[in-house]
Amino acid sequence: MALSSDRSGRFADLLKGHEDAIVASWTDAVAASLRGRLSQAELYRQASELQRGFQAAFDGGAQDLEDDAAAELRAQLSELSSTRARQGFTANETAVSVFTLKDAVLRVLDEGEGADAAVLREYVAFSSFVDRAGLFTFDSYTRAREELIADQAEQLLELSTPVVKLWEGVVAVPLVGTLDSARAQVVMERLLETLVETGSPYAIIDITGVPAVDTQVAQHILKTVVAARLMGADCIISGIRPQIAQTIVALGIEFGDIATKSSLADALRHVLRMTGDKVAQKPRREG
Amino acid sequence: MERVPVLKIGDILLVSIQIDMEDQVALQLQEDLADRIVATGCHGVIIDISALDIVDSFVGRTLATIASISRVLDAETVVVGMRPAVAITLVELGLSLPGIRTALNVDLGMELLAAARAEAEGGAGHEDTDEPAVTAP
Repeated sequence: MALSSDRSGRFADLLKGHEDAIVASWTDAVAASLRGRLSQAELYRQASELQRGFQAAFDGGAQDLEDDAAAELRAQLSELSSTRARQGFTANETAVSVFTLKDAVLRVLDEGEGADAAVLREYVAFSSFVDRAGLFTFDSYTRAREELIADQAEQLLELSTPVVKLWEGVVAVPLVGTLDSARAQVVMERLLETLVETGSPYAIIDITGVPAVDTQVAQHILKTVVAARLMGADCIISGIRPQIAQTIVALGIEFGDIATKSSLADALRHVLRMTGDKVAQKPRREG
Repeated sequence: MERVPVLKIGDILLVSIQIDMEDQVALQLQEDLADRIVATGCHGVIIDISALDIVDSFVGRTLATIASISRVLDAETVVVGMRPAVAITLVELGLSLPGIRTALNVDLGMELLAAARAEAEGGAGHEDTDEPAVTAP
């Protein structure tokens, strides 16, 4: 239900005339719903800013939240939503912060010129405008939350795939967490690039931190090993826990001629034995 | 037609492919290498593909053929410098380039050839001492 322009003008007057009363009772209502997780002063500042936003929107003759006149208000609402999302409030609590404006205005109307039919109609129109504003916060809140999640997923991807140099000519990838296609791809690329950069002919893939190995995970690991071999590096898989070994056999996964070791230490010993003196000499020369 | 230069360094022939490996270029390289191995008597071939963005199945097969030919001529072939992206693509395509030795870079490739040569010569020497005992009676 859109507002007519004279109605929005009257709302602007109403908000302006009872500014202090509305902001105060709005702040109280929001504070009650948030149960003291934000300071009264902070809420008061937010409420008065939003109140001015609504007032400006109505002043500009906004009949709907999508109007140009309400652009400023929309920006304020999405700002509020993303702040709340980051502070860890629920979508519900965020939307209620907007909806309580209705209660505040109703209280002012009650105190003023009694509740006749005309006032009631106007209030309903105003109420639906605020509802849309509330729904808008809902949307912005969800969007902010999703961005947050996407950011974190990306950070997690970055964090969880380090390639470390273990010895001269030996690099290791300690895999931690579930290995899905996206992560497997990142691990594969990172490992192969490191092999080229460091010129290491040996790589150890340690799966101690991988909670479960199914056919797909095994497939990813095998692909990485084959790709490394194509480039002229040898891969050893280590950190196979007893449970994982049982699963691997039960699933009939074949690692072929790829060396598998139960611990990282075993894998390193295996590599050092294969390289013989060539690698073992280097640290001695440095020390 | 462009040709890939074949350089002789000591006992090794070095081929660095810097141009697109079209089918004709690959076949020409195969012929050139066979000629040069015979002419120089080298025992090792290093093919550097670090400049190649794409290795298709034909190039892969040609590399395998070159490796087989040079093995017949008593020269070991090592393909070096394959890019990660190329390796990933080959794996995704299911091409594992059987019969081709690989190394990460030219340095490691030369080490690999030296090790292979030492092993072969050590083995050959061993055979020589065994030979009379087996063939004499």
